[in-house]
Amino acid sequence: MSPLLTAAIFVTLACYALAMTLTALRLLRGPGAQDRVLALDLLYILGMLVVLVLGIRYSSQMYFEAALLIALFGFVGSAALAKFLLRGEVIE
Amino acid sequence: MNALPFWVELIVALLLLASGALALVGAIGLLRLKTFFQRMHAPAVTTSLCIWCVALAAIVYFSARDGRLELQAWLIMILLTITAPITTSLLARAALFRQRPAKGPAKGPAAVDGNDRQ
Repeated sequence: MSPLLTAAIFVTLACYALAMTLTALRLLRGPGAQDRVLALDLLYILGMLVVLVLGIRYSSQMYFEAALLIALFGFVGSAALAKFLLRGEVIE
Repeated sequence: MNALPFWVELIVALLLLASGALALVGAIGLLRLKTFFQRMHAPAVTTSLCIWCVALAAIVYFSARDGRLELQAWLIMILLTITAPITTSLLARAALFRQRPAKGPAKGPAAVDGNDRQ
């Protein structure tokens, strides 16, 4: 791992952390429940991005599967929450 | 572990930095835009271009490290390209549904449903 790549990964992770902070602010503030669900969805995706970048940092393929699972569960969770907001129940 | 060529590291670093900037753009948009329907567009930057940049960086990095084509990260791109619009449209429908009764004069849910069916 060269200094260039290490520095780039550090800056990228810092950007993700800042983005997660801003998203968490929207999650806490969000006027409607739909804003909170949207922010939670974005938080899931940013967490997945962090895991992917850590996979590059530690040069391991194992992180990829975790990222795939996070993406999948994030979608399922967001879809269930949106369905709940739409109908009042998740499975009809 | 053998060292990667410089141009590979440069490409990976540039793609990662671009993805970091795009993630920041999406989060700032989510925080600063005024209404929900404007805010809904901001995370799309993150779920499309940002994910593409990171997945391409992972593909380039692992392909260069192992000396063969490693396309696993493509799966994440495909998965998110399919699922992100589904989440967005479901949320938009939920937001429309939740905003409707508040706008007009006070009506019960049954009256709103009746109007909707005509």
